[in-house]
Parts: sequence; structure tokens; C-alpha cells
Amino acid sequence: MTPSLEVRRLAYAYPDGTQALFGVDFAIGRGERVALLGPNGAGKTTLVMHLNGILTAGHGTVAVAGLPVEKGSLKEIRRRVGLVFQDPDDQLFMPTVREDVAFGPANLGIGGEELQHRVKDALERVGMLEAIDRPPHHLSFGQRRRVAVATVLAMEPEILVLDEPSSNLDPASRRELAEILRGLDVTVLMVTHDLPYALELCDRALILSGGVIAADGPTREVLADAELLAAHRLELPYGFALP
Amino acid sequence: MGSGHHHQLYRPGDTPVHRLPPQCKLAAVAGFALVVVATPREWLWAFGLYALLLASVALAARVPLSFLLRRMVVEIPFVVFAVALPFIGIGERVSFLGLSFSVAGLWAAWNILAKATLGVIASVLLAATTEPRLMLLGAQRLRLPPLLVQIAMFMLRYMDVIVDEMRRMRVARESRGFAARNVRHIPVVARSAGALFIRSYERGERVHLAMLSRGYSGSMPVIQDLSASSRQWLVAGMLPGAALVVLLGTWGLA
Repeated sequence: MTPSLEVRRLAYAYPDGTQALFGVDFAIGRGERVALLGPNGAGKTTLVMHLNGILTAGHGTVAVAGLPVEKGSLKEIRRRVGLVFQDPDDQLFMPTVREDVAFGPANLGIGGEELQHRVKDALERVGMLEAIDRPPHHLSFGQRRRVAVATVLAMEPEILVLDEPSSNLDPASRRELAEILRGLDVTVLMVTHDLPYALELCDRALILSGGVIAADGPTREVLADAELLAAHRLELPYGFALP
Repeated sequence: MGSGHHHQLYRPGDTPVHRLPPQCKLAAVAGFALVVVATPREWLWAFGLYALLLASVALAARVPLSFLLRRMVVEIPFVVFAVALPFIGIGERVSFLGLSFSVAGLWAAWNILAKATLGVIASVLLAATTEPRLMLLGAQRLRLPPLLVQIAMFMLRYMDVIVDEMRRMRVARESRGFAARNVRHIPVVARSAGALFIRSYERGERVHLAMLSRGYSGSMPVIQDLSASSRQWLVAGMLPGAALVVLLGTWGLA
């Protein structure tokens, strides 16, 4: 079966010459939930920007469900890859939640009843339907993050890519978001350095460090390898022991 | 819809005036203002009738007088200017209560006061019955360039975010013992303003990326159907229509 996401020998240097990725290789099968771990500055965000073609590969390829990311396929790629940004205030730019969730599917040319249906359905899946007519800036941070997830769910993506989904959330919102993510029936790539969250949600973990994939395996095994973690500036929080 | 409590001008409700499509209301207010401005200042009772027309709109929209009066403070600079005119005006003068007024100045003051007040009331009624974002969508339907509408939309959305950022920067300044007390502190405040500008600019870039990620290709998709029926145009046209009848009627009599 074609994997949801396939990244082959991906390398990228910023216009100023800084090399961020040195040949990244991995594939994610349909329905998998995978954590992409790495310290600050490892190239995680740069990698994410390649997944929907905001940055174009200097070398190597990215394919989403078999479709390579290139100029001509950007529209379809952006439908297939749902990117949830770290700051929901960047993601939610429309005056009301309804319009914001409708923005993506409307850009795909969906309108009328079908559009309304998709908006309601997406909000329902993150438990935010009652906020449909509220302006995003009147919601709590955790609610905004959930609406941000709904904005990409409404596009019925092949893969959901979350950038630091647990950042700035209070413990209850963090748990609620985890429950929602676990209940979704989509492929998920979760970029984070919140290791317990990765363990809670993802069976498989990748470590991106120095612009290459330094480890790829079951999350529990990756997190149990203290030496591996230490080599890549990752560590479990104080007092946390693998259950 | 719920964007009311932050925008002080909007007064949520469900009246026939609230329900009219925004483009109809915008056009009606503009038409009304044109008729009012075109009315010669000597036709005192025409202005009375215009005021009655607005009063009936306010009644239909259930906007109380106290709300209208509070929102009318924007007019105060014009009032101050108008009040000065009878004193500084030249030409023929009349005396009243021991004060001397210029007749031309009195007419000029009346002209400004009457027309500005009617215009302000009409605008306040429009703002009180139309959500800000709908107002912008209405303006777009009236062929306002989409780029301007998008800019205004983002301003509406990010105003609170930026004000909040500004507040945090002020708290950070004051937490380190700074308080702007005299002119020598202006450079510090100016640098904060510069930093705020850069932060907002960078946010703009991130928002743009988020928009691209969801398929943005230069124009906002039409999400809300705002088409107006001819009946709704007719209802909205009643305000400028009635004002025009008053204007033409008075003209016929004069």
C-alpha cells in the first residue's frame, strides 16, 4: 500500500546558505500516529514546511499518498496535508470560527450545503460545535487549538501534521486534546519535544537531529534509551518514569 | 452572532433592520446622507422630517435614545467648531441675552450642526445594527476593492491580539521600573512601538503561511451568501426614498 507520507533523501539549505536538512528519509503508513522528536533547531519546522510545499526541496522528494510535492500539485498537496501551526492566533485569521473552518474547504471550491456540513462535522469532531459563531479571540487557548485542528480536518486531509500541539496548554486542555487526537481516524505526524505526550499518543517515534533522522522505532524503546536521548538534547521531564 | 461585546458600536438584536443585508443598509445610509447634504439650510422643517425618519428607524431597530446619545460623542469636535462660528462670523449681527452674534455665522453653525447630527445618527444606527465583519462584506458587495476589505478584515481580527501584545510590553517595561512620565521617555516608548510593528509584521508572515497551507490563492473564498432580494433593497430604500420625497416636496413648495 502507498504510504501516507514518504520523504526521501530530503535536503534543504536556507537562501543564506545555512543547511537545515541533510538527507531525511522516512515513510509513514496510513493510519499511523508518529511523533517527530528533536531539540530546538534540529530542523523540525523546516521539515514540516516541506510537507505541504511551502518550502521546496533543495534535493530529494516528498510524496503524499503517492503524489509528489511539486509546483503543479500544490493545490492537491495542501488539501492532503493538514498543517496545524503552533500559535492558534496565526492559524485562526477569520472573524468567526465558522468562517475560519470554512476557509480551507471553500478554497477547494466547496460551497453551499456541503460546506456547512463539513464545517459542522469538523467542529463536532473536536467538540467545539457550540463555538461556531464566536470570534476566535474570545475562546480560551485550548479551545483555539482545538478549532485550529478543526480548520484542517474540514479539508479531509490524508495526514494531519501538528506542530507542538501540547505547547502552552494547561493540563486539562492537554488531556482533552489528546483524547480528541486519539479519536481521530487520520494519519498523524506530531512534531514535539514533549516526550510524555509523544508516548501517550504515538506508537512510533522519529528523532530528527542535526538535519537527519537519528532514530526511528517504537516510542517506548526510543524513550527508554537514555543515551540516545542525551545524544540529541532530549530528556524525560523530572520525576517521569516510563510506565 | 456573537462578536458584539467587544465592538462597542454594535448592539446585537433581531429586528427587521438587523436582518437587512449589510450592502442594502450601507447604500441606504449613503443615499440618505447625500439627500441631507443637498438640502438648503433654510428649509428648517425638512430637517425636522429627516430627524423623524431616523427616529422611526431607531424605533424599528429597538435602539434606545440613551445608546444613540452616548455614541454621538464623536460629533463633539464639530459642535465646538459650530458653536464658535456665530461669535467669530462677520457681517450683519444680532443681539441676544446681551451677546452679539453674526447672522451668517448662526446659519453656518446651524448648517453644520443639523447635517452632521443627521449623518452621525444615521451612521450610528447602521453600526448598531450591523456586525463589523458583515459591514465589510457588504462593502465588498458594493464593489469596494477586495484587497481593502481583506486588510480591514485582518485589522478587525488582530486588533485585540496586537493590543494585548502592546499591554504585555508595557507591563514588561513597568516591571523593570520604567514609567513614561515626561518627554525624555518618548524614545523608549517609540522603540517599543517599533518592536510591536516588527512583531506584527512577523505575525503577518506566519498568518500568510497558514493561509497558503489551506489553499489561499489570492482571493478570499465566498463563505457567506449575502445576496439581497429586491424586496430587501426596497425596504432599505425607504429611508433615502422618503428623504428624497421630503427634499423634492419642499423644493416644489418653495
